[in-house]
Amino acid sequence: MIREPLIFEISEKGKRAFSLPELDVPSKKDILRNLPVRDEIEGFPQVSEVEIVRHFTRLSQTNHCIDVGFYPLGSCTMKYNPKINEKIASLLEFNSSHPAAPLDLVQGNLEVLKTTEELLAELTGMDAFSLQPSAGAQGELVGMMLIRAYLGERGNPRKIVLIPDSAHGTNPSSAHLCGYRVQEIRSNKKGTIDLKSLAQNMTEEVAALMITNPNTLGVFEVDIKKMAEIVHSKGGFVYMDGANMNALIGVCRPGDMDVDVIHLNLHKTFSTPHGGGGPGSGPVGVKRMLKPYLPLPIIERKDGKYFLNFDRPKSIGKVHSFYGNFLVIVKALAYILSLGYEGLKEVSEVAVLNSNYIRKSLEREYYLKYKTPTLHECVFSDKFQREHGVGNIDIAKRLIDFGLHPPTMSFPLIVRGALMTEPTETESKRDLDLFIDAMKQISKEAKKNPEVVRSAPHTSYVRRLDETSAARNPVLMWMEKKKIK
Amino acid sequence: MMAKIGISSLDELFSTIPKDIMLKRELNVPSPMTELELIQLFEKITQKNNYQNYLSFLGAGAYSHVIPYIVDYLSSRGEFISPYTPYQPEVSQGTLQVIFEFQTLICQLTGMDIANASLYDGASAAAEAVLMAHRLKGKSKVIIAKTLHPHYRRVIQTYVKNLGVEIEEIKYSETGEFDLKDLRKKLDDKTAAVVFQSPNFMGIIENLKKISDLAHSVQALSIVVVTEPVSLGILEAPGKLGADIVAGEGQSFGLPLSFGGPYLGFMACCQEYIRQFPGRIAGQTKDVDGKRGFVLTLSTREQHIRRERATSNICTNQAWCALRATIFLETLGREGLKELAWQNIQKANYALEKLSQIKGIKRKFKGNFFNEFVLEFSGGFEKISGFLRKKGIIGGLNLGEYYPELKKCALVCVTEMHKREEIDKLAAILKEGVKEK
Ligand SMILES: Cc1ncc(COP(=O)(O)O)c(C=O)c1O
Repeated sequence: MIREPLIFEISEKGKRAFSLPELDVPSKKDILRNLPVRDEIEGFPQVSEVEIVRHFTRLSQTNHCIDVGFYPLGSCTMKYNPKINEKIASLLEFNSSHPAAPLDLVQGNLEVLKTTEELLAELTGMDAFSLQPSAGAQGELVGMMLIRAYLGERGNPRKIVLIPDSAHGTNPSSAHLCGYRVQEIRSNKKGTIDLKSLAQNMTEEVAALMITNPNTLGVFEVDIKKMAEIVHSKGGFVYMDGANMNALIGVCRPGDMDVDVIHLNLHKTFSTPHGGGGPGSGPVGVKRMLKPYLPLPIIERKDGKYFLNFDRPKSIGKVHSFYGNFLVIVKALAYILSLGYEGLKEVSEVAVLNSNYIRKSLEREYYLKYKTPTLHECVFSDKFQREHGVGNIDIAKRLIDFGLHPPTMSFPLIVRGALMTEPTETESKRDLDLFIDAMKQISKEAKKNPEVVRSAPHTSYVRRLDETSAARNPVLMWMEKKKIK
Repeated sequence: MMAKIGISSLDELFSTIPKDIMLKRELNVPSPMTELELIQLFEKITQKNNYQNYLSFLGAGAYSHVIPYIVDYLSSRGEFISPYTPYQPEVSQGTLQVIFEFQTLICQLTGMDIANASLYDGASAAAEAVLMAHRLKGKSKVIIAKTLHPHYRRVIQTYVKNLGVEIEEIKYSETGEFDLKDLRKKLDDKTAAVVFQSPNFMGIIENLKKISDLAHSVQALSIVVVTEPVSLGILEAPGKLGADIVAGEGQSFGLPLSFGGPYLGFMACCQEYIRQFPGRIAGQTKDVDGKRGFVLTLSTREQHIRRERATSNICTNQAWCALRATIFLETLGREGLKELAWQNIQKANYALEKLSQIKGIKRKFKGNFFNEFVLEFSGGFEKISGFLRKKGIIGGLNLGEYYPELKKCALVCVTEMHKREEIDKLAAILKEGVKEK
């Protein structure tokens, strides 16, 4: 395979891939006279069009992606992204309308936003949504801010947010960014929140409980209503991280579980493509009492016309340059409409079916710390393989040799050597079996020939990379040879 | 599969969920649609828009620019759209190398040492820069130019509200520039940072050096916000004029207007602040065979490791938008970006000259500008704006909505996308409109 250089390394003076029509107004030579002007953009590339096309095409071919194969990255819901949604989002009036356009010229856009808000409210049982947060983490931050604004208005914003030790890293980080101290609550033997320990920790200084349901182990928090009762009895709020809603759509609704605030990840549950890390969209849903605090503006309808309401004195303010990741929202709406209620329910059913099939097929080869039944994902660990000196990272890297993407390993922190596996509903039995067979084979190799696992991957474009030296001696941009000291 | 799991109906999969929570009715969602029905429905919805039939001079943080076709072509490859964050570098070299090239391009443009892989949008990038300065300096006051995009100011307000940061705003001068006198009055040793935009919201190019020097005189950081980065094709890099952090919006680089999103927040800073820098960063390293490769690095700053003590809560970012910007910038290249900037400044100047000759219309600010400028209409903008609308033109942004003292003014944006005839048409119709009333 050709080793693809950096574009800067193939740059040659005078090459170009772009031209503009000739300037059609009289050119004023002295226009830059009083300005701090630069000469050349030092180091900027000069290449031809075909070189760019080959550069990016070759680079793309070194990526694993959904369009190529199985991607059971737990918690990230790496489902297939229907292609028609890309086409819809590229319709000219959607993708070329200016955010400050007069509202009567963008009624279609506002209809998309309002319809999506209403459908998400129906799917989750919440009373209102804001679509402005750009991703789940920003949704969490907004959710925390809403709670703080509500409590603050009543005299005491409180100091603490309770978060289970199994939570995703953005939860504590978002609570902190909203000015709260994070108090961790330990999970019990079942991997869920312990009611007693919650009751002990729940005081009148606690603003909220941040809960993920199903949690990051894939386990449904069966006591959620009791938890809500405990939290509400002390005047606190229940925030639900809805990253795992792919297990629940059409089955049950957070709103009916006495959840007060929730964020969704449209780039997970609602199939919008992950784009190599983004963009996503993290809508926030609330119960009625928190509605006055939602970000500005909110969309309203009057006499059959949509308009933006900025006149909301209690609002936490603006959180996005404009109205959120609009085109991502368009794709999510197209997804919801293509499936309808029955299709959405089937999504959850098959997602849970697929996950349980994997769990059942691998539970002898891979240790399951928690035996509690799981929904859309399950978290294996490397406990058995560790006895042979093979860790979760080795297993992950070996999977690459089978043309598969590894599971999530960075959390939940309560499982050492975690392999958080989420197949999603879009995978066929054949694809699941490929993964299962590969995992079984790796488990065998770990016993008989651990070195082949420890030195994996063997077939990829690059082999195992030295992450330690990358962090110790950071090289974060390309520099011309002569400049490197 | 059900036999393997040991169930006889799909309902059993959900048997752990308490009965009283289970949905007992069908949800109120329209019936499923085929692909054909779906596209027909959305085409109908787009017909309720009617922006494309207008000749528009809107800018104000979202700019209409040329997008070379290969940006669409290459960025729509499934290998770029359908993976996630490159947690497994061995199967993500494409994404990682693109991020590394993006970081390099942003550093070259801004003159800074390090850049991250992207943030949500310009406004949140500005807010992250403020939070970063607050952490670095441990001081509570942040000074912000009133000519920073009004939405950005509001987003910053939202972000800092609960963190004990106090904000003071600096007026703009008669020329539309940052008011240095006002700054001198308000600067003190409690100041963590001075935040300003260039070209500013009125389109005016600021004196970065002077403002930065003043900020530095009290050990405050100079944070430069750029909402129209095409300007960097021609203007000196902020890093060479004293900026400590540059944050901004990269929409101009190959992203369609998209009714405001997804856009591209970017951020760059000096080497010494790296530990407080937010967001993902790609770095270069080697594999076990000594081959060059790229990985996400310095992740001990990030939420998945540092949790509540992370430098930011960001996880999913705007990677695909950064990919488009990378393709865009590499396609335009050294000459192309310069030429693009040159055409923008030339056309905007042509337009201003033409429009300010019309009786009843006046250039509001004398300062140098890039591709936006403010016009004052002696009879107010609202009526004229209605007249233009009837003639198929959106003349600009009504500034009165954001600055009550500028209620007769409009912010007009002219880019390479406007043909000379179109500028002339705006002038002709404005002339008519001013007379009309
Ligand atoms: C459980 C959970 N919560 C929150 C997040 C954060 O969402 P985002 O990456 O969209 O900010 C994630 C995703 O990575 C997650 O898996």
